[in-house]
Amino acid sequence: MTAPGSPAPAPHLHAGTTTRGLMLSVAACLLPAGTWGVLVLGPRALAVLAVAVGAGLLTELLIAGLAWKSFTLADGSALLTGLLAGFTLPVSVPLFIPAVAAAFAVAVVKMTFGGLGRNWMNPALGGRLFVTFSWPALLAAGALPGPASGGGWVRVPPWQPDGSLLGGSGTLGAVSTLLLVLGSVYLLARRIVAWEIPLTFAAGYALTVWALAGLPAGGGLFRGDVPAALASGGFALAAFYMATDPVTSPQGRAGRLAFGAGCGLLSFLLRAYGGRPEGPFLAVALMNMFVPLLNRLGSPMAGKG
Amino acid sequence: MSGDFSRSLWRDNPFLIYLVGLCPALAVSTRLVNALLLGAAMLFALLGTGIVGGALERFLPPRWHLPVRLLVASALVTACDRFLSVFAPALHAGLGIYLPLLAVNCLLLGSAGRGGRPFGETALEALGMGAAFTVGLTLLALLRELLGAGTITLFPMGSFRGVLRIPGLAGQPARLLAAAPGALLALGYLSALGRWARPGRKGS
Repeated sequence: MTAPGSPAPAPHLHAGTTTRGLMLSVAACLLPAGTWGVLVLGPRALAVLAVAVGAGLLTELLIAGLAWKSFTLADGSALLTGLLAGFTLPVSVPLFIPAVAAAFAVAVVKMTFGGLGRNWMNPALGGRLFVTFSWPALLAAGALPGPASGGGWVRVPPWQPDGSLLGGSGTLGAVSTLLLVLGSVYLLARRIVAWEIPLTFAAGYALTVWALAGLPAGGGLFRGDVPAALASGGFALAAFYMATDPVTSPQGRAGRLAFGAGCGLLSFLLRAYGGRPEGPFLAVALMNMFVPLLNRLGSPMAGKG
Repeated sequence: MSGDFSRSLWRDNPFLIYLVGLCPALAVSTRLVNALLLGAAMLFALLGTGIVGGALERFLPPRWHLPVRLLVASALVTACDRFLSVFAPALHAGLGIYLPLLAVNCLLLGSAGRGGRPFGETALEALGMGAAFTVGLTLLALLRELLGAGTITLFPMGSFRGVLRIPGLAGQPARLLAAAPGALLALGYLSALGRWARPGRKGS
């Protein structure tokens, strides 16, 4: 951050990336999965998404305007936060839930700590967890409309038991893991997100699931159902869109690898033993706390401070 | 001297500004009535410890100051605990272990070694600290109970059963605020508000 007019040291190169560009790219990559999800789940999904995005934008507008006398809507961060929060919520919830989730995400998780770039937890994640623990009954409500129960404009015959590749149910993010991952391929190719985190996140999660997930059910070692675990939309959202938030993930390669592995391991523990479908979200939130520590990992100054 | 009182009540509020004596406070601030009761007990213990401990300290060498404070504080807190358990068992049950725990509260022990001052000054300081603790705790409990449970619990009086249910909130409250993380979250915001509104803040 240099003051306006102050000379920056050469070379004066610029990669052309802006905050706004990054945020809008990520939002655009969520669009295929979101559009497909709305088509499958119906108007209710659109309402949840619209309320979440609207509340996120409104909160950002109000707080930045009132407290800082500035306009920060244009950086696209609140839009992305609202989108992500909407993606993670069951479409059957009352509409005040997405509003509270997005408002909490922007106001408490991001703005309280000083705004974009200073938050230590991914805002959408924080908002999602706040509503999870505040209204557990509403979020756990089993009445999740899916392709089987209709409600959408498109019907998908599920060819997977849980149908999660294209015809999942429950939350927008869970409808199509396939489209979520496709969207993130662009982000990875453009190096908008760091590849190390999803890689070790998936690897750590798959390995622990494969080795240990059979145990709680009494199936013995190395009997875990890896495809089902990796096909879950919650995992895909957490691994590709939330853990990779540049603000709340480590800087160095070693730190990123360790961060992803920790997320994977914790996701398994929280899902298998915590009994929470939000396992991956909780895992990322917990690992967010270790980022300052992981930033020291592999840096030449490590151990010398 | 009355400046001391208002100073500890607002500018140097031990609870909201210095975050002292939190352990019982965070635990019981789920109901407004608990906060008022714990605040009153704290006020009583602070006043008694300040006066008795301060008077005893005149005759004792410094190394005895802290143990004597501790003894006086625990005697007063235990008396308070027994008194409530007899005359208000329901309210006493709401406070649980956190009332006896006041005996080792840092607010009480923090006054050790400050004896030997005029009686009025000691009493006023204790009153100010106790009032400050009560005000901070009450605000915290009000916020947490209102949002976390959708109710406001006061003492039962006559036909009034002591619980006000806030329409709209009582049905689906944000339970996280009634849980442990909510206590820290709400306290953080109250503390920030207290610091922001604090007289003599830099730049205001």
